[in-house]
Amino acid sequence: MSNAASVAHDEQQHHPRLAHHFESLEQQTDSSLFGMWIFLATEILFFGGALMAYMIYRRWYPDAFALASSHIAILPGAINTAVLIISSLTMALAVHAAQTGERGKILFFIVVTMILGAAFLGIKGYEYYEKYAEGFIPGLGLEFRFPEPEYAKNAQIFFSIYFVLTGLHALHMIVGLGLMTWMFIWVKDGVIDTQYYAPIEIVGLYWHFVDIVWIFLFPLLYLIGRHVHHG
Amino acid sequence: MSSSTVAMPPTHYLNNGLTLKSWLFTKDHKRIALLYLVAVTFFFMVGAAFAVAIRLELATPAGDLLSDENYNRVFTMHGVMMVFFFLIPAVPAILGNFLIPLQIGAKDLAFPKLNLLSFYIYFVGSLFTMYSIVSGGLDTGWTFYTPFSTVASTSAVVPAALGIFINGFSGILTGLNFIVTIHKMRAPGMTWFRLPLFVWAHYATSLIQVLGTPVLAITIVLVAAERIFGFGLFNPAVGGDPVLFQHLFWFYSHPAVYIMILPAMGIISELVAASARKQVFGYTFVAFASIGIAVIGFLVWGHHMFVSGESVYAALVFSVLSFIVAVPSAVKVFNWIATMYRGSVSWETPMFYVAGFIGLFAIGGLTGLFLASMGLDVHLTDTYFIVAHFHYVMVGGTIMGYLGGIHFWWPKITGRMYNDLLGRVSAVVIFVGFNLTFFPQFVVGYLGMPRRYHAYPEEFQVLNVLSSAGASVLAVGYLMPLFYLAYSLKYGEIAGDNPFGAVGLEWNTTSPPPTENFKTTPVVTWEAYEYPTPVEGHVV
Repeated sequence: MSNAASVAHDEQQHHPRLAHHFESLEQQTDSSLFGMWIFLATEILFFGGALMAYMIYRRWYPDAFALASSHIAILPGAINTAVLIISSLTMALAVHAAQTGERGKILFFIVVTMILGAAFLGIKGYEYYEKYAEGFIPGLGLEFRFPEPEYAKNAQIFFSIYFVLTGLHALHMIVGLGLMTWMFIWVKDGVIDTQYYAPIEIVGLYWHFVDIVWIFLFPLLYLIGRHVHHG
Repeated sequence: MSSSTVAMPPTHYLNNGLTLKSWLFTKDHKRIALLYLVAVTFFFMVGAAFAVAIRLELATPAGDLLSDENYNRVFTMHGVMMVFFFLIPAVPAILGNFLIPLQIGAKDLAFPKLNLLSFYIYFVGSLFTMYSIVSGGLDTGWTFYTPFSTVASTSAVVPAALGIFINGFSGILTGLNFIVTIHKMRAPGMTWFRLPLFVWAHYATSLIQVLGTPVLAITIVLVAAERIFGFGLFNPAVGGDPVLFQHLFWFYSHPAVYIMILPAMGIISELVAASARKQVFGYTFVAFASIGIAVIGFLVWGHHMFVSGESVYAALVFSVLSFIVAVPSAVKVFNWIATMYRGSVSWETPMFYVAGFIGLFAIGGLTGLFLASMGLDVHLTDTYFIVAHFHYVMVGGTIMGYLGGIHFWWPKITGRMYNDLLGRVSAVVIFVGFNLTFFPQFVVGYLGMPRRYHAYPEEFQVLNVLSSAGASVLAVGYLMPLFYLAYSLKYGEIAGDNPFGAVGLEWNTTSPPPTENFKTTPVVTWEAYEYPTPVEGHVV
């Protein structure tokens, strides 16, 4: 902790958003960003458990997993990957606008990010529907109709992991949209200013994390082993 | 000692707002700690009630009190309540919450609202798990082993698991809060190596909570997905692997025993230094032993699967690592003893609990080495030997530390002293009752009595009756503090700011402390446990 910095801050006027137990806004911002990074470490281990299961089963049942991957249409997933990467860019631009204090720009980029997020969820919903129509739901009492019956059992594991991972990812996106709505209101109400923009940055970190999770899920679930069956 | 002339400070955190609302919506870490104290004590009672049923059933060889089905439910709920709602939160959420800001010279934790949220998450999680008790119970054992928990059990697996899932986030957020607080909120001059060892222990604990708990969370999600939607992730019928569940489960649940014991060890370090009036011997070794336990503790989970079809090479590695993790624990025990050596040890209640802790933890730790040996473990797996071992560590260790800490900081928390004689008696009763309860279980387990059965062969009755008798003594020991501590709230002697003459920032403020902890931000210019050098030959 630098004492000189906190003394300097005490001489400035107290920011209305400075909580009573912090010495300075700088300390408060540092703490909240650090807290978010720790939370993201938690999230990595959360997804990590399911990815561990994926790795083990993929190694045990490589043929069933490659076949199951090859039954997933690649185009919607690819579009979604592009959508998410662009949304990460617009999110970063929103954070930048928050730092420079351009309120109109922050609002604009938050809305664009939200539209892209919603588009992702829409496409994901369409993909889920397709899985349902093709008979790839590995539970809910539905009939699992895998085209290669000798691999049907192990392919069920693949689709279980597919739905758990993409489902949890989608849930995180929905939470992200909620957070952005909250930030939209805070920016509109003038809570956020050039000194107090940590909330936008924190939501940004969260959004980039959710984006990165997808960057892992897309190749793992859609791409690896495809070429084996698609020449 | 405290003289009768000292008075309570006129304003402190306890009388700063007396409405129910000022308690239930408080953001003061000290008040939140007391909310936890009430809730955690309640769940201890619930867990203890199940223990009473278990020991009553096992007093006779025949399964006469409870049917086998009900017995499964009773020991499961005993485990779930004690592990997730008592042992894991007890020390960090109560004493950690109360003391960390005081000990580092901060006004509060970094995220007070998050701290309150953690309490309510704990509360909501407990409601779900309590609901499972009344809606059919849970009969999977606290370990939720698949495929029994996913396809066979007819009990309320989902509500119980959901409660544990929700409760996990309480631990994660508390850990996160502690880590950020310890990094960012230390008072000027409070360097890392001036931190009390209690804080180091909580830092290590928080690392485990933040990195381990999410793995339990995803494991529960996978079990729930299998149970609710019929996904076959751990189901051998579609090629799923139940042993994978065990790996994921123990990846959290083995480190979880360090979540229970590390904070208790932190308490012992404080109590030993205060009683011996000396700097803790080898401070940095004790501090890094906490971190060492947290790190190595993540790499030993496989010793729970020596008989579950794990490869012999993996088992070998896990066995060696399990031996290694005993080293930092032993470092701590030896350093505590070295601290007492040539110190002027005063035998007030907290020190009685310290002695109890060291005695019980040593037995628990050493029997852990038996179980880390692959060959011996095959004989002892799923016998009462295991039950005795983990009770010595988790209950003997954690509760001794917890109660020692409660007695040490009670005057700081409430501003009043309890009856010290009763305190010492309770520590002795608990120690005797505990050994009487659990030592026979080592023997009966070694002779081959398996755990989790409601009936057993007649030749084991003597040992089981001893154990049940010990449990009654133990119950008296646990109930005693409840009464004399409650009595002290109104009638106890006024404690004064520092009744034990201990060093540490928490003793530099009033008892009870003001809401903002310190009138002015303290500046630390001294080392940890800087007790005045004892005079040669001085006797207290």
